Amino acid sequence: METKSPCCHLYVEAKMLEIYPGELDVDAIFAKWRKWGADKNYGAFITFVGTVRKEGGIEALSFDLYEPILRQWFDEWQDRAKERGAYLRMAHSVGNVPVHTSSFMAAVFSPKRRVALELIEEFVEDFKANAPIWKYDVKNGERIYAKDRSQKIKGSGLLDI
Amino acid sequence: MVKVEFLGPIGKEPIQVEAKDLKELAKILKQDSEIAKWLSECAVAVNDKLVKTLDIKLQDGDKVSLLPPVCGG
Repeated sequence: METKSPCCHLYVEAKMLEIYPGELDVDAIFAKWRKWGADKNYGAFITFVGTVRKEGGIEALSFDLYEPILRQWFDEWQDRAKERGAYLRMAHSVGNVPVHTSSFMAAVFSPKRRVALELIEEFVEDFKANAPIWKYDVKNGERIYAKDRSQKIKGSGLLDI
Repeated sequence: MVKVEFLGPIGKEPIQVEAKDLKELAKILKQDSEIAKWLSECAVAVNDKLVKTLDIKLQDGDKVSLLPPVCGG
């Protein structure tokens, strides 16, 4: 249950980034977010949902993430969103996510559409480049790091002296 | 001692090393060929904060994390 009590501010903030083992229950998360946004009187609610495609003989994708830095990254984006009168929510999986199910959901809420349309693109693009999450293809039960599709985080190579 | 942890696909258990700053730590890590090959690819965090400079002193109990290339979603 959400609360507006100041004493629970941090608790509410923490719930804006949700981490689940395995595939996301997209319909349940969407319904929860939609209601949350409507109750808060946001006029625009834009979602992005990432679904695992069947390609290259994979059974699933698999994910590791590093929660302390992921939360900092998310909180910085939340601050940027708030400066524009908007709000972000995100859900991501850890572990195996089978083909045709979903591993990632992001949403922007704002009073009007323009800010939400702009923010969803900026947020999802930066997510791909800088959120500390690692992806693996799962083939024959084996996890294979998706190195070719991965991007170096800004500032990488610092210790290569 | 400084704890060094290797995140995601590096697949190596954390180690404890004596290093007074990040430069010294880089030299130590280069001596392990399995780790050395990741250094050009990895971002670095000290006590869970990403850092952009080597001019950071390390203290007993600090944690340094290596973050290889990412791909969420």
